[in-house]
Amino acid sequence: MELTGLFFYFVSFLTMAGIYAVICLALNIQWGFGGLFNAGIAGFYAIGAYSAAIITSTAASNNVGGLQQPIFVGMAVAAVIAGLVGWGIARLCVSLKSDYLAMATIGIAEIIRLVIVNEEWLTNGSLGVSNIPRPFEGVFKGQTAEIVFVLFVWIIVLLTYFISQRLHKSPWGRVLRAIRDNEDAAESIGKDTHSFRTQTFVIGAIFMALAGALSAHYFKYFSPDATEPILITFLAWVMLIAGGSGNNKGAIAGALVVWAIWSMTEILTGFLPSEWATRSSYMRMLLIGLFLQFVLQRYRSGLLPERAPKLDKLRRS
Amino acid sequence: MIDFINYYLIPGITLGSIYALGAVGISMIFGILRFAHFAHGDLMTTGAYIALTAVWTLGVPALAAIPIAVVGTALVAVLLDKAFYKPLRDLPSIYTVIASFGVALILRSAIQLLWGTDSQVYVVGFQKPLVFFDSFRIALRHMQIIAFTVVIAITLHFFLSYSKTGKSMRAVADDPELARIAGLDTEKIIRWTWLIGGGLAAIGGVFVGLDTDIHTNLGWNLLLPMFAAALLGGIGRPLGAMLGGLIIGVAEEICTFPIMEIEIISPSYKSAIAFIIMLALLLFRPQGLLKGRVL
Repeated sequence: MELTGLFFYFVSFLTMAGIYAVICLALNIQWGFGGLFNAGIAGFYAIGAYSAAIITSTAASNNVGGLQQPIFVGMAVAAVIAGLVGWGIARLCVSLKSDYLAMATIGIAEIIRLVIVNEEWLTNGSLGVSNIPRPFEGVFKGQTAEIVFVLFVWIIVLLTYFISQRLHKSPWGRVLRAIRDNEDAAESIGKDTHSFRTQTFVIGAIFMALAGALSAHYFKYFSPDATEPILITFLAWVMLIAGGSGNNKGAIAGALVVWAIWSMTEILTGFLPSEWATRSSYMRMLLIGLFLQFVLQRYRSGLLPERAPKLDKLRRS
Repeated sequence: MIDFINYYLIPGITLGSIYALGAVGISMIFGILRFAHFAHGDLMTTGAYIALTAVWTLGVPALAAIPIAVVGTALVAVLLDKAFYKPLRDLPSIYTVIASFGVALILRSAIQLLWGTDSQVYVVGFQKPLVFFDSFRIALRHMQIIAFTVVIAITLHFFLSYSKTGKSMRAVADDPELARIAGLDTEKIIRWTWLIGGGLAAIGGVFVGLDTDIHTNLGWNLLLPMFAAALLGGIGRPLGAMLGGLIIGVAEEICTFPIMEIEIISPSYKSAIAFIIMLALLLFRPQGLLKGRVL
């Protein structure tokens, strides 16, 4: 019994780590490949979660939704909406310098949050959307369903990884790294830096939305308070930097390691005296904030530092 | 018209004063240290809570607690710089930006740990507004906030224009290399930047507490309009940032003023105004109103 409990704790750990791995891979495309500082990850995540929730939920109370569409339709819609929003934002902001891009993306995430909280006809406001199904819910029940869902999440992770890896090795990825490292040089050989950056931002936004959709299906319920937006954005950044920005394997490793640390701080703060117990989540935030500072000062290149694809491999493919 | 002044313009100027006090620090840090300081809002929160502790323990009114908050927050700012920003100073500025994100989180969670998450007030009870000429109704706290901010702006102007430290700060903001070659002690100037930026942020934080209430997200929520204000004034132009803060604050309040009984912008979206102003500036006039530097 003990062991099954432990096993399912591990399953839920892997599910969340997988969702974060998708966000982290998406951020790696934007920041690791393209050098685009996105501080509004939570905004795209929320777009994905709400799109999937509204499209697939089986019943709705006061808002549009309850459309009962299949999960893949929900994910596709989430991807399209996030892609369009990302494209609009990228068209305007993507050429800004990194500090300014950070401010602009924070602002966008804030506006997305305002829309979600205020437009009750669409999102049911602060009450949130419930009745969100999980994939293959009709076929598998109980604990099997948990295992099926974690497999589903990691299939998406692997899919994201392969796409990202292809992008990394492709001529497209090389141009992107060239732009990141020396914009003027890339422009001087005729690369349309604005267009490349826009594409990067849109691809990243789409995968962030997919991660949002996954977590909506996982929680089966989504509201503005279901997740702390700053926590998502922040954890994704810690994961990518700790794992190694520019390296896809590093992004996944970072997600696993940091989510493990994050989960472990929960156990650690459990040992605190009871009068501190209610404040343990702030202690965890404090620790993860200090962890980021430690990584930034000591292990900036991360667990698996960026490596350029081998040249002979390039010739073959 | 009287309603417009009483309920939109005066609160707008008050809000603008608060933004101005935060934006000064952001603009100075951006100008001198060359990075966007995302933990600045949380420095304001720190100041508000230090003042709250002084109000609780010493029983002084909030305005009298300001000096304690200023000293405390300025020290916190200098220590944060030593611990988290200085080690990254020779790297591309984006690392410091990421670090400041982390610092924002560290500050906020430390505040939540120490003071809890319930929202607090300095003074309990309703303040009756003062009435002038039978028509202008202005809350005392609004007058205090605006008056103090004006005094601070004038002091800051004289400090930057005539004192040796102030002049050195402007020199570093204009051209750090040249300033270093000319023999200015950059580290000392950076220390002053944090002292002043932190101190003014603390005053801003206390003013938020006076105007509304004190909660742990107080500063983070102000971050965006303060960035917009710093950009509007021109990066590295502290007084410009104060002007920018004033404009953003007034714009946010008056944009919800119903024209012919129709609300053009719903008040729930007023925090988007700052963002739209910021985006328009970044795209069309990144140097701001007062010709700041473009990084």
